[in-house]
Amino acid sequence: MSKRGIVLYLHVHQPFRVRKYTVFDTATEHNYFDDPEYETERNNEQVFKKIADKSYRPMNALLEGLLAKHPDFKLSLSITGVFIEQAELWAPDVLASFKRLVDTGRVEIVAETYYHSLAFFYSQNEFERQVEAHKSKIREVFGVETQVFRNTELSYNDEMAKWADNYGFKGILAEGWDPILQWRSPNYVYRPSGTNNIGLLLKNYRLSDDVAFRFGDKAWPQWPLNADTYNEWVNDSITDKSIVNLFMDYETFGEHQWKDTGIFEFYESFVGKWLNNPVNTFYTVSGAIDAFAPIGEISMPNTITWADTERDLTAWLGNSMQQEALRYLYSMEDDILRTNDISLISDWRKLQTSDHVYYMCTKWFTDGDVHAYFSPYESPYDAFLYFINVIRDLRWRLHHDHKCGGLNG
Amino acid sequence: MLGWELPPHNSGGLGVACYHMSKALALQGATIDFVVPYSAEHPGIDFMTIHSATKLTPLERYGLGAYDSDKVIDKELSKADVNDLKDMRGVQKRYVKFVERLVKVTKPDVIHAHDWLTMEAGMRAKEITNAPLIVHVHATEFDRSGSNNGNPLVHEIEYQGLMMADRIIAVSGITKKIIIDKYNIPADKIEVVHNAIDVSSFDDGYIYDLRTYKYLEALKSEGYTVVVTITRFTIQKGLAHFIRAAARACERYDKLVFLLAGDGEQRDELIKLASELGISDKLFFTGFVRGKQWRSAYDVGDIFVMSSVSEPFGLTALEAAHHDNALIISRQSGVGEVLHSIFRYDFWDIDVLADQIIGIATSKALKDSLKKDVKNEYNRISWNDVAKSCLCIYNSIEKGALAV
Repeated sequence: MSKRGIVLYLHVHQPFRVRKYTVFDTATEHNYFDDPEYETERNNEQVFKKIADKSYRPMNALLEGLLAKHPDFKLSLSITGVFIEQAELWAPDVLASFKRLVDTGRVEIVAETYYHSLAFFYSQNEFERQVEAHKSKIREVFGVETQVFRNTELSYNDEMAKWADNYGFKGILAEGWDPILQWRSPNYVYRPSGTNNIGLLLKNYRLSDDVAFRFGDKAWPQWPLNADTYNEWVNDSITDKSIVNLFMDYETFGEHQWKDTGIFEFYESFVGKWLNNPVNTFYTVSGAIDAFAPIGEISMPNTITWADTERDLTAWLGNSMQQEALRYLYSMEDDILRTNDISLISDWRKLQTSDHVYYMCTKWFTDGDVHAYFSPYESPYDAFLYFINVIRDLRWRLHHDHKCGGLNG
Repeated sequence: MLGWELPPHNSGGLGVACYHMSKALALQGATIDFVVPYSAEHPGIDFMTIHSATKLTPLERYGLGAYDSDKVIDKELSKADVNDLKDMRGVQKRYVKFVERLVKVTKPDVIHAHDWLTMEAGMRAKEITNAPLIVHVHATEFDRSGSNNGNPLVHEIEYQGLMMADRIIAVSGITKKIIIDKYNIPADKIEVVHNAIDVSSFDDGYIYDLRTYKYLEALKSEGYTVVVTITRFTIQKGLAHFIRAAARACERYDKLVFLLAGDGEQRDELIKLASELGISDKLFFTGFVRGKQWRSAYDVGDIFVMSSVSEPFGLTALEAAHHDNALIISRQSGVGEVLHSIFRYDFWDIDVLADQIIGIATSKALKDSLKKDVKNEYNRISWNDVAKSCLCIYNSIEKGALAV
């Protein structure tokens, strides 16, 4: 019988943020992603280098140390294509350190869309092209094949599971959301309804979010959380079950939770304490699926994500600006791809990154909770304005350089 | 409470603010004696006692030019002739005398004075009664003059009033900053209490009449977007920049028209500027608007721009939002501090304003979102909260407040 284990999965991503791109740039300037002001939150180079210092470098060093020290320590990473492009440009050493992690054989790379997009919900063909593009980028950079799939923002539904099953993935990741699970525990491997060969891993959001969201929150009754307490919680959660799926943004370490919260020491200490107990181990995502047969079937006809209290896509597709922006973008698909213009196609795909529409989210304003909104723009309306000006420029390039499409407005 | 005007005898936002604030305070148990410098009926105001400091009619009081301080105010109060009611300073002197008598008869718990117009009276009342003085700043001389060169005597009165005040209420963070930076008043003496809007005052049976701005409605039906601003045409309002931005926007998208409702000393200059920029046919100057023409100017608009160089608050923006406009507010306008579902720009940045106007005009989703979202916001801003803040400030100085 297999040991019980933690499935640690970290998501690594940075978008190409759109600069302040005005209507006076449209049809004139075609550089959408390079904000001339270095010190803004829209300057991708500046942001990437800052987070590299705060998070990627120290955390990768920590992970390398843990892998060297504990033979049972394992983890999985999803690294987006747009992240790798930025690392190649501005922090090749960061990319090299990720390669060293993967080279240990105990760090698995998870599949997803290259552009961290919501293409699944708009264009099946474009979605598959982006999954392919990501697979080949991972092969090229890390020399490994991906076997388990996660979609952007951990969005998931039964159709997606069927797609991943047919595609040949052995596993898929989703949120372990109570209204779906009801009496069931997220701490097992499941089989998605209507599939034959694929395993479903469900995020244990309580234990994940204790670290990802609450760790540094001084208003949290459990603050300050130490490794012993957290180790007890994880042990209590798993008892006679198989796995605990701890899924979170990689940037939790050092960026969302700053160094001075003690997050790095906490995690290092926790891993040691967990492995002190000989019945405990760690699994990669495919390792967990290999070790445990599905205990039951789970159906999620409606799309579930790992975001907000609603666990849906409303932060990305909830208002008319977001819907309009993506409708315009995806309606250009055929024209854009026909051009074979590599730079145009690449720009169009970078605009599909879900962060762009996230910055247009207004639901926190309506809730009165403005502070929940993180964005490099002054308001969601500004984010939309610059994005739509870029869309017009794409149309202009189609029209002017390739004699296709219309300008419409 | 010491004020200069109350509706319907008001020429601007000061009277409206005083009216709603007093009403909400009275509802929360304050007893208010409100002094105005003229004699008139105030129908519907039964929640406080209004005292008239002079026998002037409201119209004669308008003629004093309370809001154009550069032309008339040049005397120390001691040199003003209390019998010369054609002179602003004479009226103010009479106002002070009246307040002196009033507070001797009815000693207030708190004196609440609005703007420089009544600050001298407030200081005298404090001297006589030793009651705490709250100075409420709706605008400073720096705002009114749009520069650092306002009327020196008014500056002096404001300085003394702010120094003498036990607490200062500023209508926005912008105003608070001016009080700190220009008058060197310590920040902890100043509370920001933003104004509110009473939307029920718009439920008066008015129905938008499409014929009021018939030509503009015809343009709208052809797909034009109407950009409106309703204001006094003074340097403070930044309208020259607004017109330059209009020209800039029309370079890229020409289904735009601009409605400038209001009047003021800059009007001719603005008309000339529009013709120099070659966009005279895009601009509509209405002159001073009241009643139906005023309400309809909001109704015909799709986008409302507040282009002020320095605007302590800017109630018209909330009124425009209530009439279904998307808002673009200069960063130098205080009302922008209480709203998130708006565009903001620096008053001089015509490219940004032009971009925002075109963005709204060319995207239904953006326009509809801005209109809808801002309604959720201003509906949460109420005069009851303003009154609560005022009571809190009174109580922080002295328990058991009643307000003069």
